[in-house]
Amino acid sequence: MPTLDHYLVLSAALFAIGTAGVFIRRNLITILLSIEIMLNAVNLTFVVFGRALGAVDGQIIVFFVITVAAAEAAVGLALVIGLFRHRESLNPDSFASLKW
Amino acid sequence: MLRLIPLLPFLGFLVNACFGRRLTRKAAGAVASGVMLASLVVSLVAVRNLAGRPSPARAVVEQVFSWIRSGDFNVNLTLRLDPLSAVMILVVTGIGSLIHIYSTAYMDGETDSEYARYFSYLNLFAAFMLVLVLGSNFLVVFVGWEGVGLCSYLLIGFWYQKKSASDAGKKAFIVNRIGDFGFLLGVILAFVRFGTLDFQDIARSASALSPETSFGTLSLITLLLFVGATGKSAQIPLYVWLPDAMEGPTPVSALIHAATMVTAGVYMIGRNAVLFGHAPLTLRIVAAIGVATALLAATIGLVQNDIKRALAYSTVSQLGYMFLAMGVGAYAAGIFHLYTHAFFKALLFLGSGAVIHALGGEQDLRRMGRLRRELPITYATFLVGAMAIAGVPGLAGFFSKDEVLYRTYAGGHTLLWIVGLATSLLTATYMFRLVFLAFHGARDAPPAMAFALIVLALGSIAAGYAGVPRALGGSNRFERFLEPSFIVSEDTGGGVPVQADLDAETATASLEVGLMAVSTLVAVGGIGLAFFFFLKNPRAADDMANRFAGLHRVLVNQYYVDEIYDATLVQPIRIVSEDGLWKGIDVRAIDGAVNSVGEIVGGASEILRRLQTGSVRGSAASLFLGVVLILGYYLWR
Repeated sequence: MPTLDHYLVLSAALFAIGTAGVFIRRNLITILLSIEIMLNAVNLTFVVFGRALGAVDGQIIVFFVITVAAAEAAVGLALVIGLFRHRESLNPDSFASLKW
Repeated sequence: MLRLIPLLPFLGFLVNACFGRRLTRKAAGAVASGVMLASLVVSLVAVRNLAGRPSPARAVVEQVFSWIRSGDFNVNLTLRLDPLSAVMILVVTGIGSLIHIYSTAYMDGETDSEYARYFSYLNLFAAFMLVLVLGSNFLVVFVGWEGVGLCSYLLIGFWYQKKSASDAGKKAFIVNRIGDFGFLLGVILAFVRFGTLDFQDIARSASALSPETSFGTLSLITLLLFVGATGKSAQIPLYVWLPDAMEGPTPVSALIHAATMVTAGVYMIGRNAVLFGHAPLTLRIVAAIGVATALLAATIGLVQNDIKRALAYSTVSQLGYMFLAMGVGAYAAGIFHLYTHAFFKALLFLGSGAVIHALGGEQDLRRMGRLRRELPITYATFLVGAMAIAGVPGLAGFFSKDEVLYRTYAGGHTLLWIVGLATSLLTATYMFRLVFLAFHGARDAPPAMAFALIVLALGSIAAGYAGVPRALGGSNRFERFLEPSFIVSEDTGGGVPVQADLDAETATASLEVGLMAVSTLVAVGGIGLAFFFFLKNPRAADDMANRFAGLHRVLVNQYYVDEIYDATLVQPIRIVSEDGLWKGIDVRAIDGAVNSVGEIVGGASEILRRLQTGSVRGSAASLFLGVVLILGYYLWR
């Protein structure tokens, strides 16, 4: 039977994977997916703590997070499409004109 | 009702200032003269009511509104009519009205809008002057005091396209500001010392003190007030603006720079007679400055070739007499001379204005001459004015100047008396020099100008009879009338009158008559000298000038006072301001501090902006790192 610690370690691992994805991958869509992984790692933490404490608050917050994440994904993808049309590229390093 | 007196000219000012461009010049002149005449009528009624009361109760106080209320500091806009201000408002409105009427003809060469501008300034001046003489406390007087200074500036520089006129206006304003600064300090000190600015309250407090024998607070207050008076009334060392003020239109010179505004200082001392009476040291300085100014200005007036400039020095000299009278404690005599002087000096200026008008702007005496036939009215009236100022018996100046000299002698100031007498010789000489050069050896004045001249000439003859001294069988009514203004009356808690009653005690009638005979001889002698040098034997004057070439040059250049002031005061101030304050402190220190702050911020930003790389992942990494650091801090704290 997995304990609370197992779930937390899993969540931390997912979060680390997502963070690494954001920094390592050179494709904006993959980076968006990595951010989704990070969000879901947090969701998992919420659910686990809710379960452990016997309260529904954690699960309610997760619903909100999922809703916001859906909206964020829509906006993010729209931006990615806009950027692709602009530069014919999905590499974040090619969008570096916002500097001194 | 008192408030109407200054308010009427102020309304005239508003009308001419707001609608002057649309009015015909006839309407503009009529409005300006009309309000002055109306103000004169109101003044006459007010003064008649005042004179109808018994002597100690001769004061009307009218509080217009409560002006400033702040803790212990309460100032009301209060007007007060007493014998002294009664004389002043009659002079201001009476002579003011005549000069307004005269100006309607004199300024006919101006365009319509300039014409209205001129009359609006003139009315504004009259309003401020009336506030000055009616104000019952220092602050109200100060409003009038500054207001007349402003109008004087505006009117001297009326022909502002002419550089010399605008320079003269600025000079008058700046020199007056120096005096006003002293005046203001005196007012503040008086408030600190007495806790009030009301003249009556201050006089009451001062009369309870004993006169200061050494230099104390009262001496300092009065001395500072006197500094203000030297500025406004053109005494040493601040008289230098008045001769230059002649750049203004001649009626302005007559009204402001001869008859009314320049007498404000004398009036102010008369108003504070009790205060000054308790500071004998200041009075001694006032008398000395007065007589020195009288002599100095008379010697300069002797050689000036510009008719108005000569008259200006004559004004400075006569103001010196008034201060002499104030300084020896003969306040009534000083105000009496102020009042007669207003008539004949306005007359002389307006007469010279008629000459200048007839000659198309010529002011140089050397180019005049033999105008007697062409300008009969002007000649006759000018002659009356000259005789009055010279002190010919029976005319206004004789009574008043004699009173001043008699009081000086009777007060034991023999040296001052001798200098005063010498000045009166010079006065007769320089005045008749003008008469002889201009009229002896064009057309006459227009009716409006002639009218003013004739009325003033009659005044110059008759005004003196208001104060015929006892010694000549008169009753000195003028002085009796004024007396309540200079003392604190018994029923208001006052004490001893500060002015010793010379008529009754020390002096005798024979002394006074004897002194009168001396001054008459001096006056006739002066006229004789002028007759000899400038009419009978014109070459003698040139011979004298050549023999004493050095002295003559010094006098023609007015003792080089302007040059000395320029070298010792104006240039050092200019150098300190330009090289020190401007180029040193402003440009280097202040601008330098401001600019270097900007440069430091700019330089630091130049380095810090490198952090803004624009790399998306860089930004994300720093965000992540920040979160880790902050959370880490809270976790492992």
